[in-house]
Formats: sequence, structure tokens, C-alpha cells
Amino acid sequence: MKIVVCVKYVPDAQGERTFSSDHTTDRAGDGLLSELDEYPVEEALKLAEADDGEVVVLTMGPQDAGDAVRKSLQMGAHAGVHVLDDALHGSDAPATSLVLATAIEKIGESGAVDLVLTGMASTDGSMSVVPAMLAERLGLPQVTFASELSVGEGTVTIRRDGDASTETIEASLPALVSVTDQINEPRYPSFKGIMAAKKKPVETWSVADLGVDASQVGLEAAWTKVTEFTERPPREAGQVVTDEGDGGAQLAGFLTGRKFV
Amino acid sequence: MAEVLVLVDHVDGAVRKTTHELLTIARRLGEPSAVFIGDGYDAAKAALATYGAAKVYRVSDPEVSAFLVAPTAEVLAQLVEQTSPAAVLLASSADGKEIAARLAIKTSSGLITDAVDVQPGDAGPTTTQSVFAGSYTVQASVTTGTPIITVKPNSATPEAAESTPAESDLEVTVSDAAKGARVTDRKPREKSGRPELTEAAIVVSGGRGTNGNFEAVEAFADSLGAAVGASRAAVDAGWYPHANQVGQTGKTVSPQLYVAAGISGAIQHRAGMQTSKAIVAVNKDSEAPIFELVDFGVVGDLFAVLPAATEAIEKHKA
Repeated sequence: MKIVVCVKYVPDAQGERTFSSDHTTDRAGDGLLSELDEYPVEEALKLAEADDGEVVVLTMGPQDAGDAVRKSLQMGAHAGVHVLDDALHGSDAPATSLVLATAIEKIGESGAVDLVLTGMASTDGSMSVVPAMLAERLGLPQVTFASELSVGEGTVTIRRDGDASTETIEASLPALVSVTDQINEPRYPSFKGIMAAKKKPVETWSVADLGVDASQVGLEAAWTKVTEFTERPPREAGQVVTDEGDGGAQLAGFLTGRKFV
Repeated sequence: MAEVLVLVDHVDGAVRKTTHELLTIARRLGEPSAVFIGDGYDAAKAALATYGAAKVYRVSDPEVSAFLVAPTAEVLAQLVEQTSPAAVLLASSADGKEIAARLAIKTSSGLITDAVDVQPGDAGPTTTQSVFAGSYTVQASVTTGTPIITVKPNSATPEAAESTPAESDLEVTVSDAAKGARVTDRKPREKSGRPELTEAAIVVSGGRGTNGNFEAVEAFADSLGAAVGASRAAVDAGWYPHANQVGQTGKTVSPQLYVAAGISGAIQHRAGMQTSKAIVAVNKDSEAPIFELVDFGVVGDLFAVLPAATEAIEKHKA
């Protein structure tokens, strides 16, 4: 199988995330491979190990985004593609999906892609829409929020744990699948993996290399705009008591006082 | 007045509360046109009329419901072309966002997800979103195409506005490309009898500190008529279903009251609840980060504190 995994380099969620003056996400600080993208990389590696397949990792982002590709290669992915271009700054989800879809098609030129895997959401934008947009642009069936995945003859079958029910969903290959953090335990890169990663091929493509017009991507081209952003005021410190036998009664008192009961 | 398309979120005709909210919001922006796909319209009819649908477009072709997401997006794209609406509103569920995403590409329109408010503006609707784990509030608008907006539960108080909707049946053709993914088995979850997590006014969550025993958490939740949530640690340990997980990789909730019991308050959990109006925590560890967020906190053993609180609450109610 040839599998493409889309990964994103994101600002560290443990740190202070903020906006730049042009109302885009400030990506200047420390970033890393999005935690939720480790799961599709791991799933791809497991599938490839089972049938001697190939995993290509794809990202779009500024220079530092190469770290997301590198980490994936260290985990065991075979090759990487980084779409890097200043014109991409401030791209919205539709433009991101255009770039990634075009890149996937180009990756397919050297051998058909059987499966595209993504995480369930990015940890910065958290929209969870790029996988569906990718599937729409590539003309692929999409199967999302997979907590279990298996590949059969020309089909992929997943288990999805929804709110009202657990569903088994099937799609014909090639397909796009997004996976949740329940699906596996991502491996830590081994020392051998870290060394081997240095020799793995990584291609860097510009928007022009993809045949995409710069006017279709970036901040000016976006189909939505952020008009204002405001930092939420920090919560005022509340009252914390220690239970000395009456903690429960005090809790009940607080709730009845605030009319929650 | 321009139409506003509202995709009805229902199970066999039982319309979810989020649709009442969407219709209420749609009335701010134009004339609501509900889009009802699937079976059970007779059950849904009353709710759509109560909340002011001026029109209902009905799609009963089984192929639309049989295949995931893509056919619904095709139906909506067809309607967008036919009606040139002022906006398309959908619930911010997993399916809602995916339908919205495909629709955005089909119609070359901007998409805004997880709006917590939508108001009319001079150049189209403006939305409010809570981003970066709730640390920022953002105003945004769509600048190209038909505004497509997914709205979180509890973003509007449903307002009754009794109407007699004009009903029409839509003929649709589902393309082969849209028939790629389908549900081959569905095992419904047992209903807990408690409110739905993202819609509940009060949520009580248990974490690692429960050690797998959620009885005290559940009894306390029941005394408040609350939904029950769980931290990622509790779900990973198999103590509670993923559907109840609150946090970055689970649900984001913003209830009137959130109670965290035996939950330390790691950032991934906070991302799912820190915009709650009031926050309470019970934890043995006085250093737990969750206490930085609380309006009221008890440092103590949840197995002692929660039952005592439950008893006091039941006495108060009696």
C-alpha cells in the first residue's frame, strides 16, 4: 500500500498561543508535530509494515514545519514532502485543502496512493474540516474519527465511537480516513530510527511547483476573515477550602447559594 | 427577505434542540428554510413550525441517508444554487462540520465552524468563536460565496415563533462519487437517562481520582440533573466511554456549571471546559492546576466530599 499522511506543525498548546497583528495565528514561537497527527503516522506505519508498503508524510507550513516531517520520518515514515512558500501565510482551510490535495495528486504521479490518513483535528485551528475538504477535492470517500481501522480487498473498514452509537463504516479504496487518539499508541522514535531519518528523501515544493496560483492561497485569498480577537480576561481566583469533614456541606452551600440547585 | 438554509439535525424525526437554536438564529438573518433529510418528517413537523421555519425542503431519497455525508452535501449545494441563501447553518457535530466542509468546496464559499454566536452584519453574518482552548474570543465573517456556519450547542436560547411552513419535496440525484462510504453496522448506545453532554446546563466529570468507580460522581450528577463527563485518563483506562470525554480530543462543553472531581486539570482537559460559566473542583491534591480555574474548590477526597454534598443537596430539595 502507498499511504500519504498529512501532518501539521503547530504552536505548542502548553505555551501561550496568540494572534499576530494581521489576525493570523502567531507561529513564531516553539512548535511541534501536532500531537493528534502522531496517531495517523503510527497507523500508516502499522499498515505498511503488514504489507511492505510505503508511507509518505506531507505537510504545508513555514520553514520550521520541516520538523513535523522529520519527526514522522524518525518514527519510520519512508519519505517526506514539505510545501513551503511565503505565499501560503494566512491560508484558510479551503486553500490548505487545495494545496494538500494538489500535492497528494503529485505524490500519486510516482505510484498510486491507496489511502490518505489524517488526524481528527489540528490542535491550533481545531476545525476538523480539512480532511473532508481534501476528500471533496480528490473525489475520495471520507471516513472520519476512526478508532479502529482495517484494510481488506479494495476496502477500508473502520469503527467509529459516536455519541448515540458505535458504527462500522466501510469505504472503497482509495479513500481518506481520519483517525482519533483512541486508535493506537504512537511509537517513540528509536535511536536507529532517528539516524535512519537523516538519509530519507524529503522534497520541498513551492506553490508554483504544484501548479497552484499564488492568488488562490494566503491571507488575501481567504474566504473568511477574522475581524477582531480579544483575550479572555483571566478568571478571578475563587475560594478553595480544605475538607475537614464539612467539605461536602460547603460545596452544597456554594451550589445552593448560586441557585444551581 | 433572503432565505437561510438550516440543516435539520434529527434521529428518525426527533429533532434535536440544536436545530431549535439554529432556527432561532436563522430568523435573525433572514427567513429560515429547514432542510429535512430522511425519515420521520411527521414527528419533526411540529418542532420546525414552532421555531419558525418559513419553508421546509424535504428529501426522502434513501440513497441520501444511506451514504455518509457526501450526498447531503450535494443536496445542500443544489439548494444553495437554487435559492441563493443569505447563509447555511448546521450543527457543529462531526457530521455537520464535514457536510459543511464539502459544501464549502462545492460552492466556493467561506466556512466558519464552532460559532458560539451569529449576528446579522452589514456585509453578511458575523460570528463569535472561542479559540485557543478558550483563551481568545474571535469575531469573524465570510468574505466569499455563501456564508456556511456551524454552530455549537447552547449558542442561542430557542425562541418559539409559530409558523406554517411551506413544504416542498426535493428530487435529488446522488452522484456515484458520493456513494463511497456507508455505515454497515450500528450498535446504539444505552441511553443513560441523563442530559446530553454538550447540551447540559450542568456537567459533572470524573477523572483519575475516581479510580474507576464513578458511583459518587454519578449520584452527585443526578442530584443536580447533570450530565456526566470523564477526563481522558478515565476514558483511556476504560472506566467511561469516549463519548463522555471532555477535553481537546473529546467534547468541548460550556455549561452553566462544570464540576471536576479527581481531575488534575491538564491543558488538554481545560481546553474542553474552561469557558464554563462557573467551575468547581474536588481533588486531593491542593496543587492541582484545576484549582486555578475554580469559582469554588474543595481539597479533599471525592469519595467523602461528593456523597456528603449529594446528601445535603437532596435534603435541600426535599
